Amino acid sequence: MRKQQKLSSGLSDKVRKSKAAPEIQKNPFEVKINRKKFDVLGRKSKHDVGLPGVSRSRANQKRKDTLLKEFRLKGKNNKFVDRRFGEYDSKITPEDKILQRFTLERQRTHDRKDMFNLNEEEELTHYGQSLAEMEKMADVIDSDSDSEEKGLLSAELTASHFGGGGGLLRMKSAGDEEEQHKPKSRQELIQELIIKSKREKRERQTQKEEAQELTEKLDQDWRSIQNLLAHKTPRAERKDEDDKPRMEEYDVMVRELGFEMKAQPSEKLKSSEELAREERLRLQTLEADRLKRMMGDAEGESALTHTHISADDINDGFILDGDERKTLAYKDGKWNIEEEREEEEGGEEEHEAAAEDEDEVEDDDDDESEEEEEEDRDDDLQSDEEEEGRDEEEAVSDEEQRRAVQEAARAELPYTFTAPETYRDLQSLLQGHSSGQQRLILDRTITCHHPSLASGNKAKLQRLFGFLLEYVGELASQNPPDLRTVNLLIPQICSLCQLFPEAACKAVQMLLSDSAHSMEETLEVKGRAPMPDLDMLVLLKITALLFPTSDFRHPVTTPAFLYISQALSKCVVVSLEDAIKGLILCCLALEFVSLSKRFFPELMNFLLGLLHLTVPDKSNTGYAVLSPFRQQGKNFDLLVLTDPNASQSWSRKPVSLHTAVRSPAEREHCRLSLVDSCLDLVKRCTSLYKDLPSYTHIFQPIRTLLLDHLPVALYPSCTQDLHREILDAIPETPSQHAPLVFKKKKPIPLKLFTPKIVEILDYGKKRGNTKEEKERERLKHKHKREFKGALREIRKDTRFLAREKLNDIMSRDSERKRKVKELFGSLANQEGEWKALKRKKMK
Amino acid sequence: MAPSRDSNVKEESNQVSYKKDINTKTDRIIQTRKHANDIFDVIEYLQSEKEKEIIFATNACSKIFCELLDRGDIYVGELPKEEDLMHGDRSAEEKYHIFMRHRYNSCVELLLENISHEAFQVKETSLCALMKFVAAEGKHPLQNLDWCEHYNFPRELILALVKHLLSEIEDMSLLISRFQEFMEKDDVRYYVMSSVRDNIARVMGKNKRDVIPLYQNNVFTLLSTINIPGQASEMTNFLVKQEKKHEDWKAARLKEHKRAFEQMWLVFLKYKLPSSMYKKILVILHESILPQMGDPTMMIDFLSAAYDIGGAISLLALNGLFVLIHEHNLDYPDFYRKLYNLLDPSIFHVKYRARFFHLANIFLSSTHLPVYLVAAFVKRLARLSLTAPPTALLILLPFICNLIRRHPSCKVLIHKPSAAEEPCDDPYVMEEKDPAQCHALESSLWEIKTLQKHYHPDVAKAAMIINEPLSEQEDDISVLLELSTFELMEREVKAERKTIPLEFDTATELLKSSREVLGVHFSLE
Repeated sequence: MRKQQKLSSGLSDKVRKSKAAPEIQKNPFEVKINRKKFDVLGRKSKHDVGLPGVSRSRANQKRKDTLLKEFRLKGKNNKFVDRRFGEYDSKITPEDKILQRFTLERQRTHDRKDMFNLNEEEELTHYGQSLAEMEKMADVIDSDSDSEEKGLLSAELTASHFGGGGGLLRMKSAGDEEEQHKPKSRQELIQELIIKSKREKRERQTQKEEAQELTEKLDQDWRSIQNLLAHKTPRAERKDEDDKPRMEEYDVMVRELGFEMKAQPSEKLKSSEELAREERLRLQTLEADRLKRMMGDAEGESALTHTHISADDINDGFILDGDERKTLAYKDGKWNIEEEREEEEGGEEEHEAAAEDEDEVEDDDDDESEEEEEEDRDDDLQSDEEEEGRDEEEAVSDEEQRRAVQEAARAELPYTFTAPETYRDLQSLLQGHSSGQQRLILDRTITCHHPSLASGNKAKLQRLFGFLLEYVGELASQNPPDLRTVNLLIPQICSLCQLFPEAACKAVQMLLSDSAHSMEETLEVKGRAPMPDLDMLVLLKITALLFPTSDFRHPVTTPAFLYISQALSKCVVVSLEDAIKGLILCCLALEFVSLSKRFFPELMNFLLGLLHLTVPDKSNTGYAVLSPFRQQGKNFDLLVLTDPNASQSWSRKPVSLHTAVRSPAEREHCRLSLVDSCLDLVKRCTSLYKDLPSYTHIFQPIRTLLLDHLPVALYPSCTQDLHREILDAIPETPSQHAPLVFKKKKPIPLKLFTPKIVEILDYGKKRGNTKEEKERERLKHKHKREFKGALREIRKDTRFLAREKLNDIMSRDSERKRKVKELFGSLANQEGEWKALKRKKMK
Repeated sequence: MAPSRDSNVKEESNQVSYKKDINTKTDRIIQTRKHANDIFDVIEYLQSEKEKEIIFATNACSKIFCELLDRGDIYVGELPKEEDLMHGDRSAEEKYHIFMRHRYNSCVELLLENISHEAFQVKETSLCALMKFVAAEGKHPLQNLDWCEHYNFPRELILALVKHLLSEIEDMSLLISRFQEFMEKDDVRYYVMSSVRDNIARVMGKNKRDVIPLYQNNVFTLLSTINIPGQASEMTNFLVKQEKKHEDWKAARLKEHKRAFEQMWLVFLKYKLPSSMYKKILVILHESILPQMGDPTMMIDFLSAAYDIGGAISLLALNGLFVLIHEHNLDYPDFYRKLYNLLDPSIFHVKYRARFFHLANIFLSSTHLPVYLVAAFVKRLARLSLTAPPTALLILLPFICNLIRRHPSCKVLIHKPSAAEEPCDDPYVMEEKDPAQCHALESSLWEIKTLQKHYHPDVAKAAMIINEPLSEQEDDISVLLELSTFELMEREVKAERKTIPLEFDTATELLKSSREVLGVHFSLE
């Protein structure tokens, strides 16, 4: 059989087994090179070199190990399975295997808690109680038990009795090994052991008795001294008490150290809400005080407050209650005085002087005269009231004092205000106050209603902005307009606008479009519209202050631009006032475009028209004026000077925004100012627009007018200078420009197909567009490949099995043949022998 | 207090009394001839100072005389003089008829006078009463006429009425608009038209060709309300029914109507008109006059004259001319040259800007125009754009671009690569009247380049288009034509914005900012 197998395994296998692997790989007869038809860039091929012999023999071996075994066991019902640990695991080395088996064995025995396993490491128990423990307790009563061995068997004993396991034998000490060297008979050994254990038992018993005696003795001793101890306890306690203070001192120290102020972080910066809240709180408290004083019940408080020393106190000893005088003190960690304001009042009350005389205004903006006026008024009112409700019994001095306080309180502004709900509210809130006070009122209103303080405040302040604009409009449309107040209110408007840009935008837009709408309507009805009033001009100016006019497109300034344009091209100039308004609009227009340098045709038209009004002879001009001006018509010599000597008394100074010109001399001066401003604006325009390609064409009409028609000689020298400068700035001949060409465009790149990037999941031909499809294709492919591989394997298996079967058959056949031959041989021998015998017999 | 109360009572009683008085008298006159003399009292009321009395009396008169006309109680034929009444041997019946005819005539006279009364209500009731008389007279003619020659229609009455309507001293537009109601009747309209014609000829001839603004205004108001139906079949609405030969009646024929209309207008336009009247006429000319005329080419003279006046009137005349050129084959020499010369800076500021651009767009839509002409228009419009308001610019810029698109040879105006980088003067001559001589083709549209810096964002954007080759598609300017500044503003206001930028350096004073101009020239005081 062995021989047969060797024959079947083939020569090559034998050779391979004998040789080392590298040697095989180097052998050119073993190596099969897979020739590549094409070189594909980036393809890594693993299989360019193959070792067919090696792989075949490996596969053969594998089959022999698995398939063949199975084949041999085919049709057999029982089989032997070795369940020992790691029996079939080839990865574990035999040493490890053995060690593992040992530990497993140990664990098994340990788990079983074998009573007869007399290892020292193992704890023995009796009725669930550790025997070792029992022994240590050395129960006196139990001391008599004479169970000789108490189950305590030494390792040696067990070893000698039962021969021990393999593991136990290894645990033998060196001494044992020595003993083992001397061969002893079994009888001797047992004798020795018995003697030894008996001796040990005896020793243990005596030891126990001694210990018993000692403990009893100790107990007795203890009882004798126990009383003494009992007597001494109070003293021990006192000793403790003595200790206590010392401990506390220490504790205190520790605690103090613990609680000592650490380096505190500096106070953080307050957020705007906190600041606003504090500010409002401050204002609220002040307001509460003010109200109290106004109601006239300041006495109770004054009793408390007037004891403090005012900062203004001159220490003249004029103190009503000297005894109660207090020094600077802290109360609840706070400085025990009210705020400065309070002190001041205290001082005032102390002095008992007439409050009217004292300037107790705390706000520097307050207008004194206004306030005095108000005080007077209040005084009258107050006195009337006083007269009616006068209590005859009250001391006159008291009365006066109270009145003074009340008046002071009335003259002061309130510290908190309710936000106006309607425009009328705002009006009534601000009316009757000086401009400075109005500003203060607004300031306080805004502070009290900071949007972070309450939810409704935002809407209130947003409405306030609208009302404020309306109010400003009203101030500007008064006669005479109160532009000073408007001027003072600008910061408030600005700050509100900063808070609510959207609302501000809406409000300004609405005013602008309302005004534009009414202008449009008048235009449709009459064909011409009057110049916008001063309130609109002020609004436009405020618009320029609030919103950037240089934006290409802006929700507010673009409509404002259109409004100015509409006014400049549609509103007629019939009086000097109109001309002034027009000029204001021109100034605004110029201001609007001064940064962006945008072109404003209506501005140029209007300036030309205004200058045209100054020309005495209006026929045969070399230019054309446009709407709203006409070449000839009513009011066409509005700006023509009538008095040639007026220029001598004129000096350049800003004109009022709301001049009402009356006297002829004033009119002349006004005309001169207008012409001067007009020329200045033209000059600004020339510098603004000088980069425009059509610069000369834009200014040509103005140039013609200035050069040929303007009565320059009548004007003062500074105006003449302006005139000359403008003419210098405008060249006679148009400047040269390159003809227009389109912007150079970037060459359009050729249309290219952008590479389509496909994620490669598996190499090879795969179709499908979506991810699922690709996955499907891939799996299909894989399945096909696997299927083919499996088929091939199966075929190889069958071939292998067939070969094995054939081998079996052949070996069986050869055996039979051999046996048949043998039989034949023996038969032939028998036959020969028999024939020989027969022949012998015959013989 | 007491006296006033008294007067109140008196007034009331007065009121009641005059009403009662008139009513009873009216009834008596109608019922019996005995009280014929009461008619004097009723007619007297027509001259009363109180409007209510006049109105009441007018109504009473119309009632009385309509009744009498119905009954045939009014003398028909040549009217003998009242003084002769006693002498002639006439029956009492006849005498009564003659008497009543005289009263009727005086009543009509008074009513006509009342048309010029200051109170509109009086005017209106008088007018209504007169029109009732017209209807009544139409039924029962007061003249014995030859039936074959004439149709019974009180032409004299209409003529007198028209004469009073077209007052020379008063604006009658309200009454005329009331009168319009009666002119829905085809026969009334026809006779009014012929009466108007006669009236104009008479009044204007008398005035020796001077303008009479009020009169002409009244005439215009009356004329512009006349509306001739489009088809003969629609002419069925008559105040007076003609029993005989209805078809031959002139008032029933559309052609005659058209002719009357035409003659009336021509007579009106023959005389010198105030310029505002010119504009008014030209505005409605193409819509309500030309289509109703029998032969619109008759208007050529008028339109050419108007076109030569210049300014806004020329602009308006364009529309009528266009209709004539387009529909009636008018050959107008030097049309484009005149159109070119119409372009001056004021066209962007007048009211009729939209109309002008609409027409100019049509005139210049032909692709067979010579390039030099289109280029001249483009360049001139561009030059004018330097003074135009944003609303006009928003029309103008797409308009210019459209012209260049239509005439690709004009592209040199915005793209001249051959001469690029070589600075040159603008060769265009603005003053040249002839578009062929103005050298527009050699120029470039630097003005549009200037407008790229315009303050209005939409204008600047529209001007930016010329930086790059124009798209093929023309811009539709019809939506922009009627754009007003206010609409532009609203558009800006309505646009949704996410953020609203603010001026970052907050102002402290009204006249103090980083770029102050106003504060330099003006002070708060």
